[in-house]
Amino acid sequence: MSTQPQDAETEQPAEEAEEAEPESEHQQRRMAEKARRAEERARTREKRDRVAEDEETYHLRVFRYDPDVDGKGDPYFDDFHVPYEQGMTVLDALIYARDHYDPSLTFRHSCQQAVCGSDAMFVNGRQTLCCKTQLNELDEPVRIEPLPHQEVVKDLVVDMEHFYDQMEAVEPYFQAIDTPEVEDLEEQRQSRENREKIKMSTRCIWCAACMSSCNIAAGDNQYLGPAAINKAYRFAMDEREEDEVKEHRMNVLADEHGVWRCQTQFSCTEVCPKDIPLTEHIQELKREAVKESLKFW
Amino acid sequence: MSQSYDRGAVEDFGRWTEFSAGMWAWILHKFTGWVLVGYLFTHIAVLSSAMQGGAVYTETIQTLEGLFVVRVMEVGLLAAAVFHILNGIRLLMVDLGIGLEAQDRSFYASLVITGAIVVASVPTFLSGLGGGA
Repeated sequence: MSTQPQDAETEQPAEEAEEAEPESEHQQRRMAEKARRAEERARTREKRDRVAEDEETYHLRVFRYDPDVDGKGDPYFDDFHVPYEQGMTVLDALIYARDHYDPSLTFRHSCQQAVCGSDAMFVNGRQTLCCKTQLNELDEPVRIEPLPHQEVVKDLVVDMEHFYDQMEAVEPYFQAIDTPEVEDLEEQRQSRENREKIKMSTRCIWCAACMSSCNIAAGDNQYLGPAAINKAYRFAMDEREEDEVKEHRMNVLADEHGVWRCQTQFSCTEVCPKDIPLTEHIQELKREAVKESLKFW
Repeated sequence: MSQSYDRGAVEDFGRWTEFSAGMWAWILHKFTGWVLVGYLFTHIAVLSSAMQGGAVYTETIQTLEGLFVVRVMEVGLLAAAVFHILNGIRLLMVDLGIGLEAQDRSFYASLVITGAIVVASVPTFLSGLGGGA
């Protein structure tokens, strides 16, 4: 589904609708006000036109590897020419290629709406979620590879075991010592401010795009990685957990292979499909770690 | 799943055209850092010529400063030092959590300021070449 036309509709301010101007003028003025948006739309349209000239197909170059089939044990690239439909994502194109051309083409996908985090891939040299990447924003041929720095199991499927190990290493669950008595308070409430503070960090969908983009993680297998540290941030900054728990969390994080490994390249922040300010969260935990170790009392 | 395939360093330096600002800042910071460490040793080597007497030191300095290559390298050294200082300040801000959303712009700013200072320094560094010293 394309988000572009929908955006244009919801963008319509109520007061302007009341003025009841002619639609074209209205449109023009809004376009002028939002030059950047307009430019983006124009660019997209231009690309669509180009696609129309190309008989409405998109050229995909897909990484293939299958150790169980003779002759596919050495990785190679397959070309698919997928008919383009408006709003088509990279995942849609892959699904089309699999359903119409090659049923052996293997990739992970599930919800198709950037929630499950299974279809992070390396598209045109950038880690991205295929289900939220529009085809017409990409240059052809669209090169689709499995996530770098992870072992390839088959085609676009990578071994996520190490990533999950790192995620679990930070104890990614809420663990308060004192829970409220059942009879007086059934909910364990958090202040609005605190919720706002950790809001972005809760959005992680475990897609491993950040881990794959981090070349520190690539060089140091023990490094927790941006996703795990972000997950730890989500709980360490939660005011409902006691100081002892936080101290325990900081012991895990304030390590050579923990927060200190981050060298602020901002690669993870650039690729995160959920726009989590990962580097910022790691930096905040570094400050917490410093504070913790400077405590003399 | 009988075996898997290790693709190795996919994101190697061959992808430099796709690097983002933060990545360039990191690479240049490392590079200029090593340049400055390397310079430190040559600096000590040149200074230690003074241990053989003032005349030797003066002669060493005059010979080195008479060479065009050395003058150019001095400009390069200034560039490395200035960038390292400015990016160091940027990293300090990043570490303090200040202006993280402007981290790419602050990198470009440090590049521009470095460029300006280096260009402005060229006349000073290249003056008196050709035997005058």
